[in-house]
Formats: sequence, C-alpha cells, structure tokens
Amino acid sequence: MLNFELIIPELSLAATAVIVILLDLVIPRKGWLAVVSLIGVLVSAGFAIAMWGGDSQTMFNNMLAVDNFAIFFKLLFLAIAALVILASTDYVSKFARFQGEYYALVLLSALGMMLMAATTELISIYIALELASISLYILVGFLKDPKSTEASLKYLLLGAFASALLLFGMALVFGFTGQTQLGEIAQAIQGMSLAGVLDSLGLILGMVLIVAGFGFKIAAVPFHMWVPDVYEGAPTPITAYLSVASKAAGFAIILRVFYSAFGLPSWLSLDWGLVFAVLAAIGMTLGNVIAIPQTNIKRMLGYSSIAQAGYLMVGLATVGATVGLSPAADIVGRSSLLFFLASYALTNLGAFIAIIAISNKLNSDLISDYSGMGKRAPLLALALTLCLISLIGMPPAAGFMAKFYIFSGAVQHDLLWLVVIAVINSVISAYYYLRVVKVMWLGEPASEEKVPSSGALRVALSLSCLGVLLLGIIPGYVMKLAEMAAKMFAF
Amino acid sequence: MDFNYLTTIIFLPAVGAILIAFIPGLSDKLIKRLAALFTLVPLALSIYLFAIFDRAAAGIQFEEKFSWIPAINAHYHLGVDGLSLPLVILMAFLGFLVVLISWKVDLRLREYFAWLLLLETSILGVFCSLDLLLFFLFWEIEVIPMYFLISIWGTGRKEYSAIKYVVYTLFGSAMMLTGILSLYFATGSLSMVDIAQGGPAMIQSVMPVAAIFFLLLVGFAVKLPVFPLHTWLPDAHTDAPTAVSVVLAGALLKMGGYGMIRLCVTIFPEVAQQYALLLVILAVVSVLYGAAVTLRQTDLKRLIAYSSISHMGYVLLGIFALGQVSLVGASLQMFSHGVITGLLFAMAGLVMHSAGERNLRKLGGLVRQMPIIAVIFSVAGLASLGLPLTSGFAAEFLVFVGSFSSTVVSGIQVCTILGVLGIVITAGYILWMLQRVFYGPPLKQFDKAKDADILERVYMFAFVAVIMGVGIYPAILTDVIKTGITPIMGLLGG
Repeated sequence: MLNFELIIPELSLAATAVIVILLDLVIPRKGWLAVVSLIGVLVSAGFAIAMWGGDSQTMFNNMLAVDNFAIFFKLLFLAIAALVILASTDYVSKFARFQGEYYALVLLSALGMMLMAATTELISIYIALELASISLYILVGFLKDPKSTEASLKYLLLGAFASALLLFGMALVFGFTGQTQLGEIAQAIQGMSLAGVLDSLGLILGMVLIVAGFGFKIAAVPFHMWVPDVYEGAPTPITAYLSVASKAAGFAIILRVFYSAFGLPSWLSLDWGLVFAVLAAIGMTLGNVIAIPQTNIKRMLGYSSIAQAGYLMVGLATVGATVGLSPAADIVGRSSLLFFLASYALTNLGAFIAIIAISNKLNSDLISDYSGMGKRAPLLALALTLCLISLIGMPPAAGFMAKFYIFSGAVQHDLLWLVVIAVINSVISAYYYLRVVKVMWLGEPASEEKVPSSGALRVALSLSCLGVLLLGIIPGYVMKLAEMAAKMFAF
Repeated sequence: MDFNYLTTIIFLPAVGAILIAFIPGLSDKLIKRLAALFTLVPLALSIYLFAIFDRAAAGIQFEEKFSWIPAINAHYHLGVDGLSLPLVILMAFLGFLVVLISWKVDLRLREYFAWLLLLETSILGVFCSLDLLLFFLFWEIEVIPMYFLISIWGTGRKEYSAIKYVVYTLFGSAMMLTGILSLYFATGSLSMVDIAQGGPAMIQSVMPVAAIFFLLLVGFAVKLPVFPLHTWLPDAHTDAPTAVSVVLAGALLKMGGYGMIRLCVTIFPEVAQQYALLLVILAVVSVLYGAAVTLRQTDLKRLIAYSSISHMGYVLLGIFALGQVSLVGASLQMFSHGVITGLLFAMAGLVMHSAGERNLRKLGGLVRQMPIIAVIFSVAGLASLGLPLTSGFAAEFLVFVGSFSSTVVSGIQVCTILGVLGIVITAGYILWMLQRVFYGPPLKQFDKAKDADILERVYMFAFVAVIMGVGIYPAILTDVIKTGITPIMGLLGG
C-alpha cells in the first residue's frame, strides 16, 4: 500500500531542500536561505511529532517502517540539523558561492539519515545510507583548501570502501537467507538449526561485513582511521554534524538490523553481543589514550568521539544474556543507548558550537590558543566547560545520567567487566578534557580582545547547553521517550 | 512536612553562587557580603534543625521524598539522622567561616566565591542524600569546584596537585559507581533506607556481596584517605588556598568516613565483620604511618596535612571496631577533627600570610609579633593531640575505649594500643611545630608581621568555642549521634 501520508516528514524536508536550491538562484540576501531551511526542518519535525505514539506501520511493501523508534531518531536528526544550520550561518556567509547548496546538502543528508532510521529492508538501507553519506562527502570538502579537500577525498575513498563491504555483506546474507526484508531474514535464520548456521560460514561472514560497514559510520575501532583527519579538515559545523548525526544514524541502523534480523536465536545475539562488547572495550581505551596528546581541539574531539562510540557500544553489547530477564529490565540496554545518543548529540554539538564561535575570531583550533578564554569570552568558555564536563560524564550534565543509565544496563546484563573498563576510561578521559578547561581558565590570554559571537550561535549554544543541563538534572521525560521508542524490539 | 529545610540548606549556597557568578557589576564588597549571607542562613537553619531534632527517636528525620527519574526508580530523597546531622552542621559552620577566612582574597573574586559556595552545596548534598544516585551525583559535583579552587587560587605546584586530586577522586568514584550499579541491580532499589532495611537477603546477585562492599569501600577509602590511597592528600592540602584546605580537611574527608558507615557498614554488616581485622590493621597503619611521616615535615601546611591521615586512621579504627561506643567515637572524631584541623589550617594560613614564610626551619619567635595567633594556634594544636576539655580528647577517648572493648575481632586490643601510640607521636610533632613557629628568639625579618585583626579574631573564637564546648560537654553531640548509631548496632546484632 502506498500511504504517502506516512512519509510526510521526509517529503517536506526533501521539498525544503529543493526550494532552498531554487531560492539561491533568485534572492540576493543569502541569509534567508538559513531561515527557510530552519523553517523546513521545524515543519518536518512538527509532522514527525504528530505521528509519535501511534502503532507501528509499514509501507512500500515493508521497506519502510513508521514506528516510535524511527520517529525518535527522526526528531533527533531534525534537532541536530536545526542546530547545525544555526551554527553554520556565520561560517557559510563567508563563502562566495554555493551557500544554497550547503544548506540543501545538510537537509538532504538529514533526509538520508531519517530514512536510515526507518528502513527495514537491506537495499533501501543501502540507498538511505548512500544518500546521507554522499551529501556529507561533499560537505566535508566545502572549504576548498588542501586540508578540507584531503579530508573529503579520504572520507570518500574509505566511505566507498566501507559501503562496498556493507554491500558484500548484504549480498551474502541475502544469498543464505533468500530475503532482503529484515523480518523475513529473521524468520529464515530461526528456521535454521545451530549446525545449519555454523555450516553457513557465508552468513556469519555477511554479518561480520555488515558490522564493518556500519562500524565505519559510527567510527568504531578498528574502522575509525578516517576520523581525525576528516574532523580536522572539514568545516567545523560539518564536523559537529558528522560527529553526532552520522554516528546516531549508524547506531539507529545497527539497532534495527541486529535486533530485528539477527536478534534470535539467543545464542546468536549472545555471540554478536560479545563482539560489540570487545569492540567497545578497545574503542574506549584506544580513543581516550590517543586523545591525550592531541594539540588540535577538533582532532581531540575526533578521538573523543571514537571513545564515546565505545561507551555507546556498551549499550549494544547488552543484547547478549537477555534470556531470563523480565521484558521491563531487558529494555534498559536499548533505551539507555537512545538516551545516550540524545545527550551525546546535545553535548558534542554544544562543544562544537562554542569552538565555532571561538575559531571565528581566532582562526585557529589549537588548544594552546584557547589560553585565557575564560577572560576573553566567559560565557563561551563556561558553555564549553559544561559540555566537556558532560563528555567526561560528570554531573550535573547530561553525560553523567547517560553513562549511569547505559552502564546500569550493562551491569544488569552481567557485563561488569566491561563497566569497570568503561569507568576507568572515564577517569582517563577526564585528563584530556580538563586540559582544555585548564587552558581556558588558568592560562593567560594572548590578547585582551573579547571574542564576540553572533546571535544565531548564541541561540544554538544556549539551546544545547540548556538541553545538556535538562537531561542531566531531570532526565525522566526523555528516558520515558527513549523507552517508548526502544520497546518495539521485543523478543 | 511544612517546610523543606534540607533542600533550603543545601541549595541556598548554590543560589548564592549563581547570583554571584551572573549578576553583572557587583562590587567586591557586595560579592563577599552575598557569600556570607548565603552561607550564614544555612548555618542558622542547620543549628535550628539541631535544636528541634528529636533525640528520643531513632531514624531519619526531616525527610523529603519526590519521584525524580521514574525510569530507573530514582528519587529526590533527603533526610538526616544522628549520623549525618553533626556533619551537616560541621559543613554549614565551616562554609560560613571560610567565607570570612577568604575575606582577603582579591584574585578573581567572583569566580572564587561562586566555586566555594558550589562546593558547600555539593558536600551538604552528600550528607543529606538518601538515594544512591543523588548521593553519587553530589559526590561527583564536588570535584569540579575543587579542581578550579586548587588550580587557580592555590600555591606551589597547584595545577599538578589539582589534577592529581581529580584523578584520584574520579578513580575512587569510578569504583564506587560500579559498586552502586551492582547494588542497584542486586536489589532493584536505589534507596539507602530500603536497602539497609531489606538487609543482605535483598541482595540477589551472582557476584559476591563482598565485591560490592569493597568497590564501595575503595571509593570512600580514597576520600578518607586510608593508607595506601592517601598520596593525593598532602599535595592537595599543601597547594590549596587556606579556605579550601579548611573545607578539604574539615568536611570533605568526612564524606569518606560517612560513606563507610552509611553504606558499607549499614548495608553489609556481615561483610564488615568478616573483614574488620584487615580494615582495623589498615587503620593502625594509617595512624602510625601518618604520624611518623608527619614528624619529618618541615612545611607548616604539609605537616598539618599529614596529621590528617593519622587522625582519619582513628575514624577508620572506630568504624571497623564495629561497637556502639567506637562508632559514636568515630562520628565524634569526624566532627572534632573537622573543627580542629579547620582551625589549624586557618591559623597556618594567617601565619603564612602575615610572616610570608611556611618553612618550619626558617620560622621562629613569632609569639612576640602575633600573640593572639600563637595562643589560638596552641589551643588548636593541643586539641589535636587530644588534651582533655577539648573535643579531640572526647572523640579519641571514645574511639579507644570503644575499640579496646570491641569483640569483633580477637586481638583488636593490640591494635588499639598501637593506635594509642599515635597520640604520643602526635604530641611530639604538634609541640615541636608550635615551638619552631612561635618560640625561640624573635627574628628580625618578621618584625612587620601583624597579629589577627577583628574579623580574624571573630572566626578564631568561633572555632575555639566549638572545640571547647564539645570538649566540656560532649553529650550535646553524642546524644544525637547515638540515635544514628543505635539502628546500625541493631543490624550488627550487637
């Protein structure tokens, strides 16, 4: 059945992207492009909110699902896109050309991610992923300086490689199950015996390749090599976008694929749960340790995002050993992952927006140049401090609740060893996050000149900091939403 | 419940901090007065609570409970009992006095007082929380103000000391967090009251109960500190500004002792009894090692800092002797040490400020230039070595009597006697320090050193009044503390 009303959020966002490109041709004041994009995002979010809470529905022969899980992620992507657009206005106004294309590409990649959260079929997963990725390849190279170009090329090549792995994995899974629809794959696998699955090495290989393909998106070790260079070279708003939206989309699709296609039988999920647990442990440790010597704040946050992906994978790992737990307890693993993603998105966006404001003035991303920022821009420095504290996972910021929630899921699933590694990693991470704080508040300013910030940046920064505090102090409501969204994967 | 006393006490300093940080154009004088106001009211309220505290009833009073995060069954749950109320008063008392002690700070005043007030809120929160998550939240918040206070307003290797403090604390709280999470899933509850009442039967877990006990214990032992987790303390105390040393030694260390009684002993009485010997030995090692190292110090502040390790050893001894008297003694020792060491650090700060020197080899004869400081410093020193009529005597006497008569482990008498030896060493270093600083021939270079001014005399006498008051009539506190210890003794089966 073709229920077009179910994809109105996506359609309206696509329409906005087209309108922005067309407007770019006719209006001379490019500032309006950001306004139009924002309105489009808000309208799309409005449609998505209206659908929240309803029953799960599918469309296009089970290719797309509209359920709370998808809507939760759609709203998350739209919120991120809105903040990124707000944060981009200063940055983009310096471009001589292609301002319309910039906003349109941001919208299109948000569209791709929204579709990623909703697809339930291998081929459309691939298409949605490519829509999101290709837009991002271009955005990363938008600056046209050597670093940005190198970043874009690197991202494109490695991204294409990852896509190829993913596609190969999908082909293998299709070959052994004869299905592309996730629900039907699940049925096919449950129809096989343990010996049957173990004999079909191709199926296992297919799953491994799918993990690799998605692992690239979420910057999980060992598929993280692109992160530091791309983060450093890309325009900073796009770095922010990549670090949160692209990661969230990757996790959305992993949750969807692994919980609905490979969730049962339980020994299977136990196995890949363990794989994610090991990847999580390596990712956290590697990301945190390499972040320590970084001198460029964007690179540092790049490595930090690898570590954060590790914490997030703790949530994925909890799928193992779900047997014997009550459904209510079982849900904590997944809903805590969604909550962590939301709080991480707000936190990292906040940090990057502060960095954008500071680098607009300094034209530098070196941590040493942040010296004395507490005097030159007290509010910016305070906001950045709050976000860094949240990344460490200390109260009263969102990161604290997120970590508490996600670790509590892991303890419940008998993954105490992983939690111990994770909390020790939090201590390690405090060292490099606090180094930035130290430089800002203890260092002597290089000049007395104040660091100004534009209205749009201030709005974006206040919104994200407010969100960080809100999720840190009264997280109950968002946890409830995350729980509703996670409930749909029951097995 | 008509008025939420505890919420008011906890959050007034935070409100003050926000006002001070964000109202533009405050003059320096106004900032100090605001800080004084927002710490004086909590002090007055906590004394009022002390006055109306029902000494006949055991258990939690002034309880406040609201649902906070339904998804994980966390509550905003506050309350005080005989164990925590003295510590709340201690923190409120020190909180107000450190504002007075900081009156002469002139570097980045606004930030300084904002962080100081925030610190007070977090410590008060730790003592009042009855929900594990809320407890941990306050416990963690405390690190941030401390980091800034030491690293910006400190002296010497301040940045090194600050980050060392942060890393130690976070390591401890990381262990504690795993402990809390394990406890949460073993019992399905975050309420300290429910878990304590449910007893070990409530803990359904595949991991051994002792593991949870030790995870929590490590977090508290870092803070107390217990040998060998103490090495952050001398650095942090020495390099922190005077007021922060006062809070650190006075109230922050007590979070460790409080946590041990409140969580480790109350929730795991059997495990505590099982491992009491180990912990009592660690306590004696802390006492003797701390005292011995103190003897070797030549830096005034470092000396007082090391003496804290030794005195906190008595707290550990009193706690894990697990007797009614020893636990009361440990609680009283926490209060008493808070006030005495607070005063010692405040006096050391005055000497440093006025003489410009803190190396004991170079100080001398200061009784001539600063007679009042010399007298008060001596009173504090004598209280620290446990002279009768001071709170130090009452507390340490109770600890020793309690642990000597304890039956929890055989041979604890030997440990107690070894612990008493610590007093002798304490007498040695305290008297030696007083002699080096104040007596001997007056030195020319200190001729310009000034004695205490009016404001300084006010807070000195406030400290001395509390030390002597509790020393002469300890029942004023022990009556209250007993109501907190009696239920714990019930759990211990004693």
